[in-house]
Amino acid sequence: MNMYTEIILDLYKNPLNKGQLENPTHESERNNPLCGDEIKIQLIVENNKIKEAKFSGQGCAISQASASLLTDKLKNLTTQEAKSLNQQAILDLLHIPISPGRLKCALLSLDTLKGALGKE
Amino acid sequence: MIQNIKSNFPIFTNNPDLIYLDSAATSQRPKQVIKAITKFYEKENANIHRGIYSLSEEATQKYNQARKTTANFINSNENEIIFTKNTTESINLIANTIQPLIKKGKDEILLTEMEHHSNLVPWQQLARKHNFKLKSIPITENYELDYEKAKELINEKTALVSFTYISNVFGTINNAKQLINLAKEKGAITIIDAAQSPSHIKIDVKDLDTDFLAFSAHKLYGPLGIGILYGKKQLLDQLAPFQFGGGMINKVTYEDSTFIETPEKFEAGTQNIPGAIGLAKAINFIQEIGLENIKDHENELTNYTLNKLKEIENLTLYSPSPEKNAGVISFTLKNIHPHDIAEILNDNNIAIRAGHHCCMPLMNLLNIPGTCRISLAIFNTKEDIDKLIEALKKVQEVFR
Repeated sequence: MNMYTEIILDLYKNPLNKGQLENPTHESERNNPLCGDEIKIQLIVENNKIKEAKFSGQGCAISQASASLLTDKLKNLTTQEAKSLNQQAILDLLHIPISPGRLKCALLSLDTLKGALGKE
Repeated sequence: MIQNIKSNFPIFTNNPDLIYLDSAATSQRPKQVIKAITKFYEKENANIHRGIYSLSEEATQKYNQARKTTANFINSNENEIIFTKNTTESINLIANTIQPLIKKGKDEILLTEMEHHSNLVPWQQLARKHNFKLKSIPITENYELDYEKAKELINEKTALVSFTYISNVFGTINNAKQLINLAKEKGAITIIDAAQSPSHIKIDVKDLDTDFLAFSAHKLYGPLGIGILYGKKQLLDQLAPFQFGGGMINKVTYEDSTFIETPEKFEAGTQNIPGAIGLAKAINFIQEIGLENIKDHENELTNYTLNKLKEIENLTLYSPSPEKNAGVISFTLKNIHPHDIAEILNDNNIAIRAGHHCCMPLMNLLNIPGTCRISLAIFNTKEDIDKLIEALKKVQEVFR
């Protein structure tokens, strides 16, 4: 399975939106107990729109790429739109074949996002 | 003889490109073991112990012979071998029944920092239940146990000492005898998690003088679904049964029951009869090759592997010195996650394990999310390792 496309590798070396926010309005941290991937997602939401999204943590190339792409997509989405993101949306963003064993890696960021938004 | 060993394993005939380096997770099964199990189901299948017809009597005889073979293999008495589902169940059995053996005034359980969850969590839960203190023998920077600290930690209050014989992360062969002697001086019960051991080193329970020992068949070229618990008879006799039901009773009324002797006291319900037969066959298989020959082959291959891995840049090895490593080798590559390494290795038909190897606290201690782990068996060759090295270089290329 060729998961390691140029885009994925580039995102691993040069992640998008990686860092910490000063005063996030929403935050959540999750980990994948199977392997040691950890993701924290922080958001700044104003008037139901996501103004800023950042992630931090460590993990495999798939989990990191997924977090990069997801946080990028979140900017300027409404919280409603963000809440409706599902597994397929993530897979579409990644645009690579994901084996069943790596699905949890790909979906960790989505899981973390749901944790952050669920706190409303 | 070792040269043609691979041909005994149907999995390689069916997957000729497979390079299997994950025997610490489960070993492969030689055709002799598979045939013995199939033969039981096709020609000998019956329940054991109480059938008065020939088929049942023969099945009973085979099951009993399997117990004998296992006992001989580790130099125990026959009635000191209990068949269980696996090592984890064996350890849970003792943890759940050991209370009467713990002397008054003893309230500490001693493990090590390198235990697998199956030899950590049951004791942790027991400690919580009885308000015992759980302590661990630390590891050294050479990935061995700190025996000096062990001497300090084993004291009059130590109820039991349980440790892994061979580490499933570092491959370290621990000095079981030394730990058992220290434990005995302070009257502590000893339990050995031998899950990784019987395929690599000779186990002699009388020589070790351990109170209990557990291992699984499936890491020993035997079938999945069966393991054993060894215990000294005078200790097993003091334990209450773990599970109750048919097969372990003497007399039953609606109000109460009496139970039979060890080992059958601990074997409630229909047992994994073909599993036991398969285990015995696996033991025969190993004895025919000769454990010494297996050791020699694996030692040579372990040395070769460690040397080859040292040639790779930005690779961190987590191994004791080669002679102390039973053929289980953990490593990491800088800035590349173990999952991604395992993924690309899989694309090259190489099976390794990546993750925390059921040792989460140990990974936290080492401050890493996990490692890649190679584990060697009798069917592995230098060619397998050469291909591994080539593939690891490819991984580094991808992430350059």
